Formats: sequence, C-alpha cells, structure tokens
Amino acid sequence: MDGYIIATVIKAILILAIISALAGFGTYIERKILAFMQRRLGPMHVGPYGLLQIAADGIKLFTKEDFIPQGANRIIFMIAPIITAATAFIALAAVPLLPEFEIFGITVRPIVSDMNIGLLFVIAMMGVGLYGPLLAGMAQENKWGLIGSARTAIQFLSYEVVTGLSLLAPIMMVGSLSLIDFNNYQAGGISNWIIWSQPLAFILFLISGFAETNRTPFDLLENEAEIISGYATEYSGMRWGMFFIGEYTNMITIGFLAALIFLGGFNPLGFIPGGIAIILKVSFLFFLMLWVRAAWPHVRPDQLMWLCWKVLMPLAVLNILVTGIVMMV
Amino acid sequence: MSLNNFKDRNVGVQNYRLLDLEPTPKTGWGKFKRVLRRSVKLELLVGLKVTFREMIKALFMGEMHTVKYPFEKLPISPRYRAIHQMLRLLESGHYRCIGCGLCEKICIADCIRMDTRYDENQRKEVTEYTINFGRCIFCGYCAEVCPELAIVHGGRYEVASEQRAEYALFEDMLTPIDQLKNQKEYPGFGAVSPNADENIKKTPLAY
Repeated sequence: MDGYIIATVIKAILILAIISALAGFGTYIERKILAFMQRRLGPMHVGPYGLLQIAADGIKLFTKEDFIPQGANRIIFMIAPIITAATAFIALAAVPLLPEFEIFGITVRPIVSDMNIGLLFVIAMMGVGLYGPLLAGMAQENKWGLIGSARTAIQFLSYEVVTGLSLLAPIMMVGSLSLIDFNNYQAGGISNWIIWSQPLAFILFLISGFAETNRTPFDLLENEAEIISGYATEYSGMRWGMFFIGEYTNMITIGFLAALIFLGGFNPLGFIPGGIAIILKVSFLFFLMLWVRAAWPHVRPDQLMWLCWKVLMPLAVLNILVTGIVMMV
Repeated sequence: MSLNNFKDRNVGVQNYRLLDLEPTPKTGWGKFKRVLRRSVKLELLVGLKVTFREMIKALFMGEMHTVKYPFEKLPISPRYRAIHQMLRLLESGHYRCIGCGLCEKICIADCIRMDTRYDENQRKEVTEYTINFGRCIFCGYCAEVCPELAIVHGGRYEVASEQRAEYALFEDMLTPIDQLKNQKEYPGFGAVSPNADENIKKTPLAY
C-alpha cells in the first residue's frame, strides 16, 4: 500500500512537471507553426532557432507585477487561474499516457489512477475547468471580463453537451468508461480503430474539443478584436500564465482523449511501438489545432450557439440512435 | 527579392476580379441547403490545404518572406534619395564642387550652408560646407540643380541620431580618395540621361 502511494505521488509529480513543460513548449511550437504557415520565421533570436524564447517568456511572466484591481473580489480573483490550471492537470489523472513499460524491474503503468469511470472523470474535470474563466471574468469588475465570462458560460456549457453525446456512442460500443478498455478494444490494428465505425462521433468530438479548449474557430472567450482579452483582461504575470498552462494542458488532454478513444490509443502501429505511436497521434492532433488556427476565421457567438444546438446536437443524438439500432440488430 | 522584381511591382495594374458570390439565402431551407453544400463540398478543407501548401513552400522551397533586417537588407531603388554624397572627378580625384552656391540657394528647407574663397590659382575653393540633416527633407533639388553632378543622393538610409540637428561636413560626404574607383553616378534627378551621348551635337566651331 505504501509503495502504491509513493508510486502515485511520483507519477503525479512527473505528469505535472512534464505536461506543464510541454504546455510551455506548445506555445513555442504554436508560434513557429503559425509563422511558417504565414511564411514568416517566428521567434529566431533567443537561443538556437528561438528555442530559449520559452525561458524568456517564463522569466517575464514570473517577474511581472502580480496586479489585483481595486474593485476586484480579491480571493476569487486570486484562485480563478488556479482552478483552470488545477482541473486541467487533474483531468489527466485518469488518462493513460503511455503503454505499460518496465524500469528497474518494476512494471510501471503510466496512469495515475485507472478508475472505472475514467472517461466520465476526465469530462467532468474539464467541465469544472469552466469555473476558472467564469469566476475570473466575474471577479475582476471589468465589462470585458464580464462579457468573457458570459461567453464562457454559454460556450462551455453548450459544448459539454456535444462532447458527452458524441462520446456516448463509442462508450456504448466498448461498454466501459475506462480509457484502458477503450485502448484494448482497438488492439487489432488500424482496421479496429473506432474512427472507422464512428466517423461522425470523431468529428463531433473534435469540434466540441476545439470549443472546450478555446481554440480558434471558437475562441470567443478572449477574442482580442471584440472584448480585449475577455476573462483574462485584468490578469498579469503568472496568474495570466496559469490560464495558458491550463489551456495548453487541455489541448494535450483532448489530443490524448481523441487518440485513445478513436485512433487506436497506444497499441503498436505496425513496426512502430505503442508509446511512439500515441505520441505521434497526439502530436498530429496538436498540430491540427494549430493548423486550423492558421487557416480558419472564428465564428460569431450566435453562429457558435446555432452550430451547437441546431447542427451538432441533433447529429450527435442521431448518431447514438443509429449506433443503438445497429447494435441491437 | 531581386532588384528587378522590386522595380517592376506594377502598383495599380493588378488583375483584380470580382468573386462570384452567391446571394445570401433568405429562407431557412435555403440556409440549410447552403450549410449542407458547404460541408459536403468540404470547402473548409481548402483553407487547410492552402495554409499547408504555404508552409511547405516557406520551409522547403525557399519562399520565406522574413528579411532579418539589420543583418540583411532589401535592395533600394537606385533613384532613392537618402543621405547626400559629394563626388570627385574620376580623372584627377579633385572634388567636383565648384562652389557655385546653387544648392544653397535652391534648398527649400534651408539646410545647406557653404562658404568659399579664391585659392592661389584664382579657383573657387570650398572652405565650409554643411548640411543640417535635421532640417533636410530629402527633396532632391540640390542634386537636380548641381551643374557638375557634384552633390548627389547616396543609399545610406539609416539616419537615426541622438540630436535633432545632425550636421554633416563636406569631408564626411566626400568620396574617400581610395574609394574613387568604386564611385557611382547617381541616376536620379539631375543626372545625365542614359542616351546623353546621342543627344550631344558638335559645336559649330568643329566643322
């Protein structure tokens, strides 16, 4: 039992360290990819190919004044970014990041807790994550922040529905909520991937995943052109940075979820071992998010709601219905 | 970007064409049909294709647009009017300026000031010649009016200074004597036209 606790603590610390470093690295990758797609060079001068730009950004964020506006609700203003970052990392607890491997003769399962409601836990935690922007916007006594938090409420709540409904059909097929069961269900190679039997659910999940991670076609929460910076208007320094660590961690989580549920997870892919395979899949999904940001404009809030309630939700319900009928017959 | 492309930019005569945009549908059924058409035709993927193509072009086909400015510079037009230069006669190496004072007279910003005297050969000699670049508007009149092609515009356009009045002396602008063979004529206002030799007629005395 002691060994179990120690192993869990070590895993939690490792995940926290690696994923937050990856989230920082994600900002660099995002700037580079966006620059290349616009035929620019991106950050080039800090370190080789601008790699130390992350460190420069980190130093800047840490040394900036931690500013709390006079009219703000201090306590809520201070804990709101922590909610975003914390829930993003807690959601990763039920996600198996790599296949089992042996190190020093000990078999390591790279998942903090393989609970039987894994998927539900992840979605619930990402849902709780909406409290971060919501409280941040409402606590800062700023009209842009208030509009940002109002948009948070409508956007995240609406797309929660689509996420849940789109995942329901794969859950019906697998018959379990554990992400490891999802992975084992698709063990037979590419032809067994759930994306082939549930293409619509995959697309719906991606769309709602973009909305829940606040990525470009749906980045209405902090849309600079309309509402300055939305819920993050009054934030500075590391509190602002925590929102971004949370956002990039959520992107990584969505990448892992899509790879595990639809794209075969960490099963070996031909000659590629499973660990490399899932890293490749998640990297592609991360790249897809940046690619979409470079290519597409974002939608208006009313178009966002129209898309969610009038297109995506009926499609998701229809998908569940058809899946159910096919499974019964 | 090569100099040739830079000069042939053809501003104003590009082939603009109107997009054949369909009218916005009025009814709900029309809107639904448009959504269906747009999603089934996968128009969204065209945008992804374009950005990916641009990335491939930038990374592997050498079409990156960024110019790392202080390290590399775009070519400027040879007629660009930047900081002045004083040219020398190619044969003797003596400065071309004859001290006529026309540039001082025509300068509309009143930034050129010169002083001359007769030397021992009764030749005009420039004793003082300054240009106040804080006042100069780089209009090019001085280069245009100069009968000897002595004062011209060079290519040095980075002219930030710590003081509002930044004076340049005659010696600063004069071509260094060891750089004489690299001295270039200025093709802008006041320069000899390219077909000048054809336009010259012999004086009647030569017949």
